Amino acid sequence: MTTTDVQKTPNHVATAVRDAALTALIAFGIFLPLVGFQTISNIRNELILTTRWVLLFSLVAIIGLGRLCYALAIYPALQRRALKPAKSEVPAWRAAVGKWFVPFAIGFTIVYPFIVIATSGFGGALKWVDNFGIQILIYVMLGWGLNIVVGLAGLLDLGYVAFYAVGAYSYALLAKEFGFSFWILLPLAGCLASFWGVLLGFPVLRLRGDYLAIVTLAFGEIIRIVIVNFVALTNGYAGISSIPRPSFFGIPFTADDDGFAAVFHLPFTPVYRTIFLYYLILALAFLTCYVTIRLRRLPVGRAWEALREDEIACRSLGINTTNTKLTAFAMGAMFAGFAGSFFAARQGFISPESFTFLESATILSIVVLGGMGSQIGVAIAAIAMIGGTEIMRDMDFLKDIFGSTFDPTQYRMLIFGFGMVLIMIWRPRGLISTRSPSVFLKERKSISADLVGEGHG
Amino acid sequence: MRDPADILLRVEQLTMRFGGLVAVDHLSFEARKGDITALIGPNGAGKTTVFNCITGFYKPSEGRIGLRHGGPAAWEALEPLTDSSRRHVAHADGALFLLERMPDFLVSQQARVARTFQNIRLFPGMTALENLMVAQHNRLMLASGYTLLGVLGFPSYRAAERAAVERARGWLDRVGLTDRADDPAGDLPYGAQRRLEIARAMCTEPVLLCLDEPAAGLNPRESGELNELLLSIRDDDNMSILLIEHDMSVVMEISDHIVVLDYGVKIADGSPEAVRTDEKVIAAYLGVPDEEVEKVEAEVGL
Repeated sequence: MTTTDVQKTPNHVATAVRDAALTALIAFGIFLPLVGFQTISNIRNELILTTRWVLLFSLVAIIGLGRLCYALAIYPALQRRALKPAKSEVPAWRAAVGKWFVPFAIGFTIVYPFIVIATSGFGGALKWVDNFGIQILIYVMLGWGLNIVVGLAGLLDLGYVAFYAVGAYSYALLAKEFGFSFWILLPLAGCLASFWGVLLGFPVLRLRGDYLAIVTLAFGEIIRIVIVNFVALTNGYAGISSIPRPSFFGIPFTADDDGFAAVFHLPFTPVYRTIFLYYLILALAFLTCYVTIRLRRLPVGRAWEALREDEIACRSLGINTTNTKLTAFAMGAMFAGFAGSFFAARQGFISPESFTFLESATILSIVVLGGMGSQIGVAIAAIAMIGGTEIMRDMDFLKDIFGSTFDPTQYRMLIFGFGMVLIMIWRPRGLISTRSPSVFLKERKSISADLVGEGHG
Repeated sequence: MRDPADILLRVEQLTMRFGGLVAVDHLSFEARKGDITALIGPNGAGKTTVFNCITGFYKPSEGRIGLRHGGPAAWEALEPLTDSSRRHVAHADGALFLLERMPDFLVSQQARVARTFQNIRLFPGMTALENLMVAQHNRLMLASGYTLLGVLGFPSYRAAERAAVERARGWLDRVGLTDRADDPAGDLPYGAQRRLEIARAMCTEPVLLCLDEPAAGLNPRESGELNELLLSIRDDDNMSILLIEHDMSVVMEISDHIVVLDYGVKIADGSPEAVRTDEKVIAAYLGVPDEEVEKVEAEVGL
């Protein structure tokens, strides 16, 4: 049932009602088994079938009325708006937002811990800096790292978390066994991860698209399963605990006399360590971003993007596509290695549970939602996805609406999936889908996503 | 004028088989330095296959493809190089390359053979200028110290990049696309894309430029402009050009030398005038009257 001729036909109300009735019928068909019937186990552990007619019919009514409203009001309004000539000029406020957004965002991330301490005190700040700040920044960094592989070079990598795991285990094992400091192990973990990146790169060089995705997925799982089973080295599922924490350039964050608080004559609180970790990951994330932006303007970055656009043309111009792909894998893996060693240092405990496929999928969806190749888009997507799921953990106000038995955390993934569907409808190429050229003669014009290739795998 | 014995590219007994199909059958021809050599023939004659063999995209089943840099004396090294397992050899007078032994990107990087494609292969999401910058990848890569010096922002790299932009600007001027330098290549009209692809190939600073149907899809005015561009590349840049073309107005007007292929076999080789009147060529293109079929078949050797 279409609504395209709603405005022309005199009986468009009848058409709309028919349309709404049909939609309601479909909704009834779908929700009858899903919502209408419910099985609950009673005290004797027997399953009892109950019905929820009120809920079912209210859902169907909402959907039917919504469709009626859409057909009668929203759709004609959209049609009228589409007929009007498009405004070509970008409004002034948008240009201003575009200009000031990045400096403001950088400034905000720098003062964020102080804002939080000022508003919620030392006790409350711990949660906001740790759960939100650090957690989000880890994913921002991972997103930016994967962005090199997926967004710039166009190589779909579903096993990115493997390099994160390599970084984390490198730090954990080397710090525990040999007592190396965090600052030595951070670059070392990056090197080891990029070594594994190159190792993965070699067999997958000839693969494209789905095949590349499957092999990288398998690689991610191999690393995880090796970690699970190589008990002698990694302690398997039990994981590695009491990993040495990073110190403030030699001064540990302890309550002792030579600890950070005592040295700087401050009252002891665990927040100092958290704030230090926050700035550490912030610096690492900025490093990732800076290097990526820098690389994009260098021949290697242009070769990555050219590879995404057309591999055969690259070869005809004398570009060694093998090396180009391997450097992309290695750079992406290196930043994951940095993030991994930071993760191990922050948690103090790691186990294979932290490096499942779901993590790879989360990082990849951050890159895809943000817009492949866009640094700002990836950062916004990471804030929305990780911050959003964290916020949804404590949506206790929903209990006031739906009753005390309602558990909002259970609906996290549902809301999350719904949000993703909406974004994919409105912005199929991600939040920021335009590409900014790496070099220009007269003016830097952003390039529409329709022209930019998605890579072949 | 040009020395007729000054051979730049020598294709000998080139054969390419795809399973049972012989796409190119013992083809031998030569392209002279500073010439526009055209490779023509009906659809499916094997022209693009020859191109793909020369540029390393296919590995020929049999045959030898020699290319020289520098003076003609370099050809002396051909037989010793063939007997060795090497891909190229330096000579007092230049260097010699065996293209059939080289992978595609080395043909462009070391032997300096640039090519365009029948179905345009630009980087559509990158600007016209960026397309020309990618073409200078190897030189810039060296200048950026394989990325290391570039990341650190060494001035030597910045100078190299400025020079690369200037070279790109020069070529954009030559093909009349300076005004559209900052527009994505995918947004350019078809004729401009064809010209940009030629400019991109020239930015690799080749010794041999291989053009696969550069006039395909161009209107008469555009193909006239293309003729001028190709002649200017030949004369002003002393470039040798190998050309596949269907548009006879382009081929006959600008070629110095034409090689005609049919079913993977060379049926004629000579100046445009000689090829134009060659009976086998006319038969291959236009067919022959029914009563002459047997005679022509006997001539062609079927």
